Amino acid sequence: MPARPASRAGLTLAWYRNMEPMLQGCVVLDCSERLAWLAGRLLADLGAAVTKLEAPRADVSSVEWRALNVNKRLRRLDFAEPAGRRALDELAASADILIATPHPGAGDAEIFDHRRLARINPRLIVVAVTPFGLTGPKAGWLVSDIEIMAAGGAMSLAGEPDGAPMRVSATQSYAWAGAQAAVGALTALAARARTGRGQLVDVSAQAAVITAIAHAPAFVDILGIVPTRAGAYMTGRSVTGARFRVFWPCRDGHVNFILYGGGAGRRTNEQLVAWMRERNVDLGPLAAIDWARFDPTGSTQDQIDAMEAPIAKFFSSISKREFLEQAHRREMLGYPVSNVADIATDPQLEARGFWQDIAGPGGRSERHCGAFVIVDGVRPPLVPTADEPDRALPKVAT
Amino acid sequence: MSAGVQALAGINVVEFGGYAAGPHIGKMLANFGAMVVHVESMGRPDGFRLQYPPYKDNKPGINAGGCFAFFNDSKFGVTLDLKKPEGIVLARRLTDWCDIVIENMRPGVMERLGLGYESLRTTNPDLIMLSTCNMGQTGPRADTPGFGSQLSALAGMCGLTGERDGPPMLLYGPYIDFIASTLGAVAVLAALEKRRRTGAGTLLDISQYECGLLFLAGPLLDYHVNGKIAERCGNDDPVAAPHGVWSCRDGGWLALSCWTDAEFARLCAVLGKPELSADPRVATAAGRKSHRALLDAAITDWSRPRDAEKAAEILQGAGVHAHVVETMADLFADPQLEARRQWRRRPHPVIGNQAYLMPAFDLSETPGEITCAAPTLGGDNEKVFRELLGLTEREYADYRAQKVFD
Repeated sequence: MPARPASRAGLTLAWYRNMEPMLQGCVVLDCSERLAWLAGRLLADLGAAVTKLEAPRADVSSVEWRALNVNKRLRRLDFAEPAGRRALDELAASADILIATPHPGAGDAEIFDHRRLARINPRLIVVAVTPFGLTGPKAGWLVSDIEIMAAGGAMSLAGEPDGAPMRVSATQSYAWAGAQAAVGALTALAARARTGRGQLVDVSAQAAVITAIAHAPAFVDILGIVPTRAGAYMTGRSVTGARFRVFWPCRDGHVNFILYGGGAGRRTNEQLVAWMRERNVDLGPLAAIDWARFDPTGSTQDQIDAMEAPIAKFFSSISKREFLEQAHRREMLGYPVSNVADIATDPQLEARGFWQDIAGPGGRSERHCGAFVIVDGVRPPLVPTADEPDRALPKVAT
Repeated sequence: MSAGVQALAGINVVEFGGYAAGPHIGKMLANFGAMVVHVESMGRPDGFRLQYPPYKDNKPGINAGGCFAFFNDSKFGVTLDLKKPEGIVLARRLTDWCDIVIENMRPGVMERLGLGYESLRTTNPDLIMLSTCNMGQTGPRADTPGFGSQLSALAGMCGLTGERDGPPMLLYGPYIDFIASTLGAVAVLAALEKRRRTGAGTLLDISQYECGLLFLAGPLLDYHVNGKIAERCGNDDPVAAPHGVWSCRDGGWLALSCWTDAEFARLCAVLGKPELSADPRVATAAGRKSHRALLDAAITDWSRPRDAEKAAEILQGAGVHAHVVETMADLFADPQLEARRQWRRRPHPVIGNQAYLMPAFDLSETPGEITCAAPTLGGDNEKVFRELLGLTEREYADYRAQKVFD
């Protein structure tokens, strides 16, 4: 970031241009349902002018709606009526990106059809976010978050080994789809800079969820081994198949700690043992281990179990916040298992200005997650969602 | 390595770091045409190469790691000893050549190496640089080291997974890393757009923790506004009922959900119990939540004698939300993923014909591609330093003699 000129007279065009929001001038029509709300929010946070189009009677009061549509303008349009569809086409004529969640085979698939919209505006990028993508044998399947998490493999990897597959209790697949949609939209924007033409971005929520499961599919592909859920344990780090405890009860909840190897694991394990010694905790087999030589890749289950027993006893005596502070001070790997209240009071987030207080319904202040990135030392500010049905939209980017 | 017609053709990227959070950004960019160089050293290779299975034939080896390969396809791989001044000289040649630097070292490491943003932009003024780490570059815990599997616990995801009265659950791997890498790609691409418009470079500070919180933006706002603390609740949903998974004959699991009374009536018809939808105890969602055992028994009676995939197809035919819980093996047999060419096999010199995952989107006019398998350690040194950076044969030999590529 260039140094700010000392005087007003010294303000330069270059300085102002550098301070421009990254997506300034980018006009986005967000016609999405819940599946893709995050996409428009991410673009809005980076400076795009995002207009959220909602049906006249659509509920916009839920916390989910407000959290993911903040920073957008709200405009009511009824796509079921010819006038609403005409208004959409008029808006699309001067937009850069249109985000939709069409239902293959249904009426809205035609409204948001890329070929149709391209005739109106050849530069328009149409981002279609659907559970399975616009093509393929399951393109018309009826699913919600739990089925998408199931289809993407994530549920098979979460839960107790002998219990049912689990989803995260807060909806995740829609966020995965929305995030990938934002990447796709901007990839197409980069292409347009060279070709001058928009195109279709076809996003599959199922495929987006596969992103979440790391390299688990590679075990099937390379070794024919099917990873499965391991409950509060981690597998896949030892060639013997040993499992490593991940979640340990502590005084007021749980902490996450794993016996890692490598340089980072060495420091963590040495510091943990030092901490336990300071508290006069019985170290058991930990006392004799040379952490510089410890390699979990070849550890057996019996070895791991014997090492973990004294650690479990020690962790049961400390609090989540104490673990967080000591782990940081000692440069140990590991974190407490936080809930939303813990997160809301985390000094790290406060120090970085992550939370943004803006006016919500009725003018009441609401605390939102801020933009996800700090740009040239500044976190882009949020603005309240404005219901401005008659406001003319900004002109298309030049 | 990048096709001329791809969206990001002509964009050069250099990565410093390893594991998932940085390299996965580069992979997505590479899949759409960017030329990406992954920098390691012989002494400190990417941690994914040797610390994480699977390995070819289950034998750890520096170039046998499927985990490393999974996130580094379509890239060039080089090695540089950054402890040597000459290594830094060549690193600077790379950063002068590229449009984007991605790094996921601990905060301050790049500066100590002489590779901080302010230094790099003196010779590459419109450089875009993204730094990603657990906590971000500032704040009281900025220097906290960490892996994504554990950060997912701090960010609330693990605490929100599992039964109400049970322990938190792991989300398999470094779940939050992939949130941050996906959002990191959004940030980098936005910075490219700004550079196109203004000519200015950008420094991007990504906190993986903060990125993860965007995936819980609703529950966090609910706490801030209403004081409500979201808790794990198994597979329950506040609206839909039934909503969960049921076991099937083939050992698989069936996920299904009903969002309206009408959909519940369709489910009952499939179950062969049309009268159940008229039962006043379960006629409403609230009633269905109160009489869970009754519904569980009815669904289990129907699902147990059936294979999961077939059961899902029957329910879909009747207009009921349903899908099999796919295992990792199922992902390679799913006709939907096959139709969309989600997996693409490319030959690797050690691992063999490995399946690589395409991003979750594709572009109609400038489609993505897995251009090649992941690089071996330092496998592209000559290509990158000779052909891309223009070192003479003599210069290259001199650097090699000085063990700069170690």
